[in-house]
Amino acid sequence: MTGLLEQVFNGLQLGFVYALIALGYTMVYGIIRLINFAHGDIFMVGAFVGVLGYTAWGLPFPVAVAVSMIVCAVAGVTIERLAYRPLRYAPRIAALISAIGVSIFLEYFCSLKFVFGPNYRVVTRPFEVTTFTVGGANVTNIQVVVAVVVLALLAGLQYMLYRTRIGKAMRAVSQDHDAARLMGINVDSVISATFGIGSALAAAGGVLYAVAYPQIWPFLGIMPGLKAFTAAVLGGIGSVPGAVLGAIIMGQVDVLSAAYISSQFRDAIGFSILIIVLLVRPTGLLGSRQREKV
Amino acid sequence: MADKPRGKGFFAPGGRLLLPAVLVAFYVLARVLVAAGLLNGYWQLILDQSLIVATASLGLSLIYGFCGQFSLGHAAFYGLGAYTAGLISKLWGHGDPLWFVGSLLAGAVVAGLVAVVIGLPILRLRSDYLGIATLGFGIIVKVLMDNSGKLIPETGGATGMTGVPMVANLTWVFIVAVAAIFLVRNLVFSRFGRSWVAIREDEVAADAMGINTTRAKTLAFVLGCALAGLAGALYAHRYPFIHPSSFDFLKSIDFLIIVVLGGLGSFSGTVATAVAWVFLLEGLRAVLGVAFVDYRGVVYALILVAVIILRPRGLLGGKEWSALLPRLGRRDGREEAKPHG
Amino acid sequence: MKRIAVLALVLLLAATMVFSVVGCKKEDKNVIRIGLIAPMTGDASTFGTSTKNGFTMAIEEAGTTVAGLTIQLFFADDRNDATEAVNVATKLATQDKVHAIIGSVSSKCSIPVSEVAEANKVVQITPTSTNPKVTLDPERKTFVFRACFIDPFQGTVGAKFALDNLKAKKAAVMFDQGNDYTIGLANFFKEAFVAGGGVIVGWEAYGKDDVDFSAQLTKIAAAKPDVLYLPDYYNKVSLIGQQARQKGIKAPFLGGDGWDSSELDFATMDGGYFTNHYSAGDTRPIVVDWVAKYTAKYDATPDSLATLAYDATKLLLKAIETAGSNDTTAIRDALQGISLDVVSGRVSFDADGNPTKAAVILQIKDGKQVYVATVSP
Repeated sequence: MTGLLEQVFNGLQLGFVYALIALGYTMVYGIIRLINFAHGDIFMVGAFVGVLGYTAWGLPFPVAVAVSMIVCAVAGVTIERLAYRPLRYAPRIAALISAIGVSIFLEYFCSLKFVFGPNYRVVTRPFEVTTFTVGGANVTNIQVVVAVVVLALLAGLQYMLYRTRIGKAMRAVSQDHDAARLMGINVDSVISATFGIGSALAAAGGVLYAVAYPQIWPFLGIMPGLKAFTAAVLGGIGSVPGAVLGAIIMGQVDVLSAAYISSQFRDAIGFSILIIVLLVRPTGLLGSRQREKV
Repeated sequence: MADKPRGKGFFAPGGRLLLPAVLVAFYVLARVLVAAGLLNGYWQLILDQSLIVATASLGLSLIYGFCGQFSLGHAAFYGLGAYTAGLISKLWGHGDPLWFVGSLLAGAVVAGLVAVVIGLPILRLRSDYLGIATLGFGIIVKVLMDNSGKLIPETGGATGMTGVPMVANLTWVFIVAVAAIFLVRNLVFSRFGRSWVAIREDEVAADAMGINTTRAKTLAFVLGCALAGLAGALYAHRYPFIHPSSFDFLKSIDFLIIVVLGGLGSFSGTVATAVAWVFLLEGLRAVLGVAFVDYRGVVYALILVAVIILRPRGLLGGKEWSALLPRLGRRDGREEAKPHG
Repeated sequence: MKRIAVLALVLLLAATMVFSVVGCKKEDKNVIRIGLIAPMTGDASTFGTSTKNGFTMAIEEAGTTVAGLTIQLFFADDRNDATEAVNVATKLATQDKVHAIIGSVSSKCSIPVSEVAEANKVVQITPTSTNPKVTLDPERKTFVFRACFIDPFQGTVGAKFALDNLKAKKAAVMFDQGNDYTIGLANFFKEAFVAGGGVIVGWEAYGKDDVDFSAQLTKIAAAKPDVLYLPDYYNKVSLIGQQARQKGIKAPFLGGDGWDSSELDFATMDGGYFTNHYSAGDTRPIVVDWVAKYTAKYDATPDSLATLAYDATKLLLKAIETAGSNDTTAIRDALQGISLDVVSGRVSFDADGNPTKAAVILQIKDGKQVYVATVSP
């Protein structure tokens, strides 16, 4: 059944791509509980800057990725300062609306002719795509690169969160801002750092995404942003491994339902399964059962 | 907080007839403008659109603004109402007023029934999880709409549906909008409304107080979705073309924006913001002109962010336009209900 | 504070009403008002830009008057949204009182525009909308025309080419399940292909925003088709084509006029064929002239959207000249009876408001579009 094996690999690949986007998203989400609508658009900006980096500006690929990550980290911190910090202690929904506004702004601003322009641009790849067979199934080198990067980033993030001081500070802030402040943690800096890192991850993800699916345009980030949000919730809010797991499962469901049920109803099937999973596990796959304190 | 003594007289602030007078005056003014040729077809359409959007937004206001249930699938119910009512009028009604009213009711009822079926299981979920579930449901509905042409060819599937008689005019839209406002007002100031606000503020406490939270949440969800279906039914009879892409999750986000900007727990805020939002988007078109048409999205986004930062609780967060508050008991209007904040 | 807010809101509403009053006085005798509806912003804005370019060039060539009438232009952005399309069409028809509209790009916007145009007796020519429902529903909307051939014709041409020239017996088709343009072409291709004795071995759909087609392509690869029909726009087919090759599908690609763009991934689609309205390499003087003019002004080869917009506008201007007045009924009649050589061929309209035009078949070869054949209806 090489067909099945290949489809499973397809699902894995798609799942890792979703995970790539979900990683940066879930960091911010887990720590500040902000549904960062603009994450998909930072992802888009990262893709553009990275691609421009190794094409128009002639930088070597790793340097272009680094530049893109720095640019997006700066952008993320700036956006946080301007659009989210004023709403830090307002109802959570206000920050969500602000994030929606930022998202729309980024999309339309980047569509302006003097920025990136509205066109779909074909991306020239920085390295050749090679295909090899594993057990009769076709696998490309890009798929492997994405998988490796995701796992490395996951490991790196978990290490940072659980083995470093900044990670400990982030976890403290995610539990209780005021208590963290009382412990001497500079909450503003921690949140800025969170956004910076999350945006940098988005940028790296964006460049890799552009290499895997070689086309960039200003509205590129809407669907990935939605997938990231879905994966993060499915996996359990605040759980980074959960987001990756959620993403992988979503990828499998998307591919297998397209392959074996109906490609026309794929989205409907995918979300139906999602709803069923949530009904069985109302706080997500790896989410902690929230204890209601009364 | 003592009430200011109000003057006697029917049309004074606080008088019983102020609100009906204002509504009648607004309607008459609109009709006069149309008859005098000062309000052309385009602005009539925008006015009607704003009232339709207001009706649908009132639905989400019930669900989210008052009851606190984070629903990101509102546009799906709007669309279900549109397709149901549109099909009925296209196939059987052909513009007959009785069939038209019937189709409006059918749109609301179908949306409400679907809301019951989907709501009962998923309203157990909280906050963001509920958001994703409703978002997913919205996408499922859109996919079904895209492929509906196979089952019912008249819907056109992804080609869109035409042929619905355009019988919803300002009068109808106005009547439905006003009825919706009064319906929501009365619900909000009833024990249902109070239980919804209790649930929104603290569901566990509400449960402990003996409120049947499941029933209350489901009621809010069903009524809210039925309002969306009603608004969609009107939309189908005012716009000559219905296409599934008008009911995707981005439209649900639009409704969410309106309800939040208007202020959670304020239905007057929702109505005012809905009207302002529609006029703002169209007004930007006029203001920016051809040279800056690219900037319409940018300006809209900046306004959105600015408004929410300046008024994080929304324009009328928790407050209502005093004329809309119901009178309790005393005839001179001195005793008024306090809004729910 | 609330009083001020309410006052401000009322003033805003009043101001917008005043806008409409101010815009109302129009002298009618010596003016012809033409509107353009296209997606200038939003996710289809590249198509809108091309359309606007073609339109503008045609208007500029006409000068400031046609048939002694001063030309007044109105541009409207429909953001590729059906509701906005109705809003702007209503605005152009009832507030700006245009006599004619060129637009829109996608059928989901052109159909609502056509309803408004027909109701207000405004002549409409859509450059690129291929869904039959634009002009028929089910009766002919007499004021509505289009400058391009329709899905049934194009899909059939593609199928015949696959059967006769590519000698294909098995075909696979992929389409966007929410886009009536691709669905229409896919269905008509299937009908004609099967009628001609072929077999459809793959029939897969994807969503508008999808970028990963591995699931569908794995299935198609297993079926070993002789040709893969991809009737979507150049941006989507570039992505699909890449992944198809990665999945080991060796069959040639076949597509429709949505491929026509300089932004197509020529390397990936090399060897593929598509049906189109015109060929930029055509040696007819009118085409050579057009390509040169457009390249000089916009620094790019004109795609079919720009070309059809140019043609549609030229047709309209000629009809206005023939009618000699701004009476929309006269313009409509002139248009219905027109016969004009435009860039995409000799155009005359049939009873359904569709032009009887030939299609060309082009091949992507070595980074260029190469002319292969012409197919007449």
